[in-house]
Amino acid sequence: MNRLDGKLGFLSALPLALVLLLSFLAPLVVVALFSIMPPKVFSLANMPDFSAYSLFFSQGYYKSLLWSLGMALCATVILVVLCWPLAYAMAKVFGRFSLILTVAVVMSLFVSENIRLFGWVLTLMKGGLIEGHLRSWTGVGFEGPLYSVPIIIFGLVYVYLPFMLFPLAQGISMVPDDTRQAAYDLGASRWQVLWQIEVPLAAPGIVVGSLLSFVLAAGALAESKILGGQAVIAIADDVETAFTFGQNWPLGSALSMILIVIIGGLALFGVSKVDLDAIMGRKR
Amino acid sequence: MSTSRSTRIVLYVYGVIVIAFLYLPLVSVGFASVSQARYLSFPIKRYSTKWYGEAMASSTVSELLTTSLSVAVLVTVISVVVAFFGALAFARYHWRFRTTFQKLILLPIFFPQTVLGLALLMWFNSLGIIPTWKTAVVAHLVWIAPIATLIVAIRAYSFDPALEEAARDMGANTVTILREITLPLLMPGLVSAGLFAFLLSWGNFPLSLFTTGADSTLPEWLYAKMVSGYSPLVPTLGVMSVVGSFVLILAAFAVAWLVRVNRDARVAQD
Repeated sequence: MNRLDGKLGFLSALPLALVLLLSFLAPLVVVALFSIMPPKVFSLANMPDFSAYSLFFSQGYYKSLLWSLGMALCATVILVVLCWPLAYAMAKVFGRFSLILTVAVVMSLFVSENIRLFGWVLTLMKGGLIEGHLRSWTGVGFEGPLYSVPIIIFGLVYVYLPFMLFPLAQGISMVPDDTRQAAYDLGASRWQVLWQIEVPLAAPGIVVGSLLSFVLAAGALAESKILGGQAVIAIADDVETAFTFGQNWPLGSALSMILIVIIGGLALFGVSKVDLDAIMGRKR
Repeated sequence: MSTSRSTRIVLYVYGVIVIAFLYLPLVSVGFASVSQARYLSFPIKRYSTKWYGEAMASSTVSELLTTSLSVAVLVTVISVVVAFFGALAFARYHWRFRTTFQKLILLPIFFPQTVLGLALLMWFNSLGIIPTWKTAVVAHLVWIAPIATLIVAIRAYSFDPALEEAARDMGANTVTILREITLPLLMPGLVSAGLFAFLLSWGNFPLSLFTTGADSTLPEWLYAKMVSGYSPLVPTLGVMSVVGSFVLILAAFAVAWLVRVNRDARVAQD
């Protein structure tokens, strides 16, 4: 039985493994190879010279990377604070409403993120849904908050909320009620229960949610383009410009590699920490 | 539970606010789509449906819809097949590299999609493939096939392997078992995976951005018009795309409900 299981497991993993090998791992190898090519070549048949990486410092691309990472970090911290009460309520307080909330949040994911961000532009711009109505009722308008760094962070928080909410709720549902009750019975305060019982026990959910939000936000492009105007340039934006406008594939590849190494490192760390069987409900 | 009544009320209100926060931008898009003015400003002075008429009549729009639909349908079919087997390898069979496989398929989900699209563009280029909407199908699969696999895997975890073992003891071969036992048991998971695959592909823009070549999907066109050269059709097409997804979801819920009612009725008859 076990040998058969081994064979079937291998065979049934093949289709997906092939898809990922040919269209995920192979392209990454191509990016790595292109990143060491001399400037502005379009084939790999050149002598490598690593010059693209020196541009990262000399042309100030590191600033975009720092902006992207900084904004992603802000968005992640805000998301943990914002989602915690809701995730807690979904896991422990809401009954049927949890299901309604889940469906509502998942359905919002199916709407293209650029349509939703564009909706925020219409909502927040001068003469938009909020400012326009306010001005016509009270006669007092205000400058729209668009095209600034805080609004980009707002956009990241908005788009990646589901990626924090669901892992957090999953993590909190793993905190046994008895443990919390015992702590209260022994005289712990609400804060002590939060910091010494709930946060440590829900840690896997917090780690997965934070990593997922951070990684996706660090590589995000649409938020800074649509909501941020040209307030700051995200690293993904630099990568895109290098490929399209700049026609410099090695530069784009080198910038991508730097992003990939940072994100890949975090992702591998996160993935190695989680036990998927436990999270996804193995019964045996 | 130790949650007081007032805390519960605050939490419910908070939940409602979050839902409102998620959908507020769509309300703005909805209003914008029925404004008659070419350059939008709120409050809307005159409502009209003329942009919908123009969108229906436009050949660009029907091309965009056809491309998006073709990509989404192909992605759905391939994802569901790949996810069926992938989920068995993920959750059901005990084999040597199972945990490695589980972790490998999580990586694309963690990956920035724009960069993935560019990486694929270079990969296709070095293979000599000219990007069209078909290469976008490959790009979507990298991200959507793993998600579909996870969805089916949740279902695969919950079924009892003894059912398969019993069939094998009675002499059924592997293909028969997969067809007669495994497939029906995983069916609900496969349907939701297919629905997810279709909707995620339909709405996806970062993966399509660099991989469709001269073709364009609906979200791509919308993005191009938002970033430069605004068109009054943007809100209209946005609404049409959203309504399309939601109708599909409602249809899926309706079918699921009908199937359950039907089965309950049959059980009651027996």
